[in-house]
Amino acid sequence: MVNGILGKKIGMTQIFTEDGTVVPVTAIEAGPCTVIQIKTKEKEGYNAVQLGFGEAKRLNEPEKGHLKKLGAFKHLREFKMNDVSEVELGQKVTVEIFEPGERINVVGTSKGRGFAGVVKRHGFAGGPKTHGQKDRHRAPGSVGGGTYPGKTWKGQRMAGHMGNARVTVKKLEVVQANVDRNLLLIKGAVPGHRNGLILIEKARK
Amino acid sequence: MDVRSVVEVEPNPNIEDFRPGDTVKVSFKVVEGERQRIQVFQGIVIRKRGSGVSATFTVRQIFHGVGVERIFPYNSPFLEKVQVVARGHVRRAKLYYLRGLSRKKTRLKLKSSQ
Repeated sequence: MVNGILGKKIGMTQIFTEDGTVVPVTAIEAGPCTVIQIKTKEKEGYNAVQLGFGEAKRLNEPEKGHLKKLGAFKHLREFKMNDVSEVELGQKVTVEIFEPGERINVVGTSKGRGFAGVVKRHGFAGGPKTHGQKDRHRAPGSVGGGTYPGKTWKGQRMAGHMGNARVTVKKLEVVQANVDRNLLLIKGAVPGHRNGLILIEKARK
Repeated sequence: MDVRSVVEVEPNPNIEDFRPGDTVKVSFKVVEGERQRIQVFQGIVIRKRGSGVSATFTVRQIFHGVGVERIFPYNSPFLEKVQVVARGHVRRAKLYYLRGLSRKKTRLKLKSSQ
């Protein structure tokens, strides 16, 4: 059995449990994915399964060759596995592999924030708002000492590009897995914007 | 696909149609240890917000001279019944101004029947 699936983030909503508590959930349209390639220790040096997801409008010739006759997929991603002997080429993977209450790791691309200042990017407090301050409200402050060390240390937190990076959130809980609608409800938030590609993998214990 | 289509909402037939300004009687299930009972809360609806599953409404009541407000989720399985006791005539959707008024002043003009 494959231990992961690809999906598209739909957005957040909430559901009621039987005891009346509200659970915030992220809805993900996950699968059905197709197994495109099986990588083995003998051939590629590690065991993994490559899954295809989403419909591609156009494919170039190398892509067509790689996909063979399995279909036109927009996204190809790999999931590492310990044992690939039971996986077949062209096999369909659906949300069936997940059960409510199960823990999963979710990978997405975070929302891009562009060139962000130090207050937004690192949670700095900024400068005082009053007491004769001018143009110091969101300034980073000092970036180091004087004669010693005579330089700014490497790794000093500064302004720069924020977001649009791969983010993994571990041990999220599956609330619902609807096979008919290819829908997965996950408790809490998931990185990325709506319609973004999401990788969902069973959490390693 | 839209998030709004993810969770289907079945309208509760025991909830009467009400609007801000109406005085309503809300029957809400309360779990006390093993037992379950129904608690009734009566007051003026001062706000309706949200849509779909996440919609809620706020009911304000003055209890022993202290203003009490409760927020009820529209689609909670614990929301048993909502009855309209009186229809109020108000000109806005959010009646936050009632918070600053005494009980006597919060009496709203009744809606004249059509």
